[in-house]
Amino acid sequence: MTNLSTLRISTRSVLMWTTVAVVSASAWGVLALSRGERISAIWLLAAALGSYAIAYRFYARFIARRVLQVDDRRATPAERLDNGIDYHPTDRRVLFGHHFAAIAGAGPLVGPVLAAQMGYLPGTLWIVVGVIFAGAVQDMITLFFSMRRDGRSLGQMAREEIGPIGGAAALIAVFAIMIILLAVLALVVVNALARSPWGTFSIAMTIPIALFMGYYLRMLRPGKVIETTLIGVGLLLLAIIAGGWVEGSSWAGAFTLRPQTLVICVIIYGFAASVLPVWMLLAPRDYLSTFMKIGTIVLLAISVAVAAPVLQNQAFSEFAFSGDGPVFAGGLFPFVFIVIACGALSGFHSLIASGTTPKMIQKESQVRMIGYGAMLMESFVAIMALIAASIIDPGLYYAMNAPAGLLGTTVESASAAVNNLGFTITPDALAGAAAAVGEDTLIARTGGAPTLAIGMSEIFAGVFGGAALKAFWYHFAIMFEALFILTTVDAGTRVGRFMLQDTLGNVYRPLGQLSWKPGLWATSTAVVGAWGYFLYTGVTNPLGGINQLFPLFGIANQLLAAVALTVCTTLLIKSGRARWGWVTIVPLTWVVAVTLTASWQKIFSSDPELGFFAQAARFSTALEQGRWIAPANNRDDMVAVVTNSTVCGVLSLLFAVLISVVIVDAARVWVRALRSSVRLPSTEAPFVESKIVAAAGLIATDEERRALAGAGPVANGASHEHR
Amino acid sequence: MSIAELFRGLRWYLREFSGESRYDHYLARHRRLHPDQPVMTPSEFERWRSKLAENQPATRCC
Repeated sequence: MTNLSTLRISTRSVLMWTTVAVVSASAWGVLALSRGERISAIWLLAAALGSYAIAYRFYARFIARRVLQVDDRRATPAERLDNGIDYHPTDRRVLFGHHFAAIAGAGPLVGPVLAAQMGYLPGTLWIVVGVIFAGAVQDMITLFFSMRRDGRSLGQMAREEIGPIGGAAALIAVFAIMIILLAVLALVVVNALARSPWGTFSIAMTIPIALFMGYYLRMLRPGKVIETTLIGVGLLLLAIIAGGWVEGSSWAGAFTLRPQTLVICVIIYGFAASVLPVWMLLAPRDYLSTFMKIGTIVLLAISVAVAAPVLQNQAFSEFAFSGDGPVFAGGLFPFVFIVIACGALSGFHSLIASGTTPKMIQKESQVRMIGYGAMLMESFVAIMALIAASIIDPGLYYAMNAPAGLLGTTVESASAAVNNLGFTITPDALAGAAAAVGEDTLIARTGGAPTLAIGMSEIFAGVFGGAALKAFWYHFAIMFEALFILTTVDAGTRVGRFMLQDTLGNVYRPLGQLSWKPGLWATSTAVVGAWGYFLYTGVTNPLGGINQLFPLFGIANQLLAAVALTVCTTLLIKSGRARWGWVTIVPLTWVVAVTLTASWQKIFSSDPELGFFAQAARFSTALEQGRWIAPANNRDDMVAVVTNSTVCGVLSLLFAVLISVVIVDAARVWVRALRSSVRLPSTEAPFVESKIVAAAGLIATDEERRALAGAGPVANGASHEHR
Repeated sequence: MSIAELFRGLRWYLREFSGESRYDHYLARHRRLHPDQPVMTPSEFERWRSKLAENQPATRCC
């Protein structure tokens, strides 16, 4: 930092960054000015990648150096507390991979698909601008402050730095969000597998495959993770191919399940996975899903670049302005910013950025690459999902994503409903699209996963194998999503169980003991029951579960982001960095405006399509008069709508109250800190001089290489720098 | 960078990322800190590690 050579900017660097800026700006220009003509997805990629590069080079560097003042002379908790278990200095490139695998999941894939209802431009703008100024900032700053506090969790930081009230509100928020998250993700899987024998068979096979891998890794070849994973992936591909045979055989009936049956299967699976030993099911599934996740994302990036598909979606659809789209209700503001959480700004990441990752960082300066960089990568995944959803025919998109109640069950009724929405798809085309991917029907396959799979199968088939392999690629994409969603569900159920055991242990001591079996079963049942309830109502809701629950999930996730940004702001102010407070206050203000507006509309809107309580009132009035309102066509449906809408409304209210409590409580601390002439007490670990030498960014600079060569292999740990 | 170096780098990354090299790190650390004590076999090490993992769930995001 103090070295003069880093202050002088070379001509080459100026030229390079000018080129990046010009290319990126031109791509944005093409996106902004093309109206009514079809443009290539390459422009989206160029605009996004160029913006990421500039943000990483300039803004992330500014935050690291000026705002956080990262100090590489200071030993990180990984170095000071190294115990070879959870605290151990890990190579930055390896940790980047771990952190990325932990933060990226189905979220960045599902949200953009649903938001494609508004056209491709609102989603693209929010994903790129949101990640640069909000999402990546939140991840990096949370990571930094947790690292300065020996890897404390977000909940602990909220309690210690804000106070017991803000801390308790944050803890309740984390738990509630977890439950909604698990329910929504499980709903995506159930919707993708319902009445699809091919998909159901392939996913069911992942359980015996994982059990086999667990046994192999424990008994036969201890520690041989790569070998075991390769065998597992081989079996997985076989399971996808075999799914096609099952579909055409007499077994098909056994694997053609109703959504309600699948819900029960997922609930039983979630419970089993959370009480069984980790090595049996959870760990091997995690290996498989990580491999599939990274492999497929790389494959998709290459395929999009090679195939350069043309976008079929409009830049802005009419639903962006009317706010009455069939996929989810509400206008562009705030709902694009709610539906796309992961990929732009995801509060959930703050749980990973405070916890596992900060205990493994070698050098403070690496928070830029790991915190900011990994989030940029997730944002890129979201852009690819948006591309996949935007290259398919809009008629097909609405036939798949509008609620079943609107579309009916036949290709004729769905075609007519899509025409009513102002798009066209013929019954033959709809039947043909389903046949091309080996499915009976694509009507109302909501949840985003099937739509993404259709888009991905088109992109992949364009590069590898053509139309003949389309059905394989479709089920490959379904497998890819379902696999890591189920991994999130079992890991999440376990995490939820720990949180519950920890909290309830304060009330009844034995419950806090992790090894006490009755406590373990009781808390697991409670967690599974809670998300299982929302999952079941989501499946049976005649108005479409995703339509109702996804906005709630988005609000919850953004609420957690607001909590994280509040904690970050508090820490910036308390640590004497108040002049840089705007770095987190700007995204905080934005996310609070978005969540509170969305909550307000969901609670108070008199439009029954939008407001939960208005909807409940409309249906209960009709119920009292003995009428049914379409799409409900019996008494049970009517009762279900009233109950669901009321529960969702109460939850929205709870979320809005929680966020207000955290912010008001934190603001009190901000004022006190700003007025105080001395620094308020904080929990930052004291300075210890670092002995480790390691590079900050992906590629070591010449200067860092010289330092590494001087340090020798011992101080350098397991690092492996190419020279 | 030669092909062989690239291959070595890739192998190193995969082993580190997947956790396959965990046992090697354990051995190196154990020999450095407790050179006089017996070491765990790979199988014992895996069992010890999975017992620890039991109470440290890895959060996976959405």
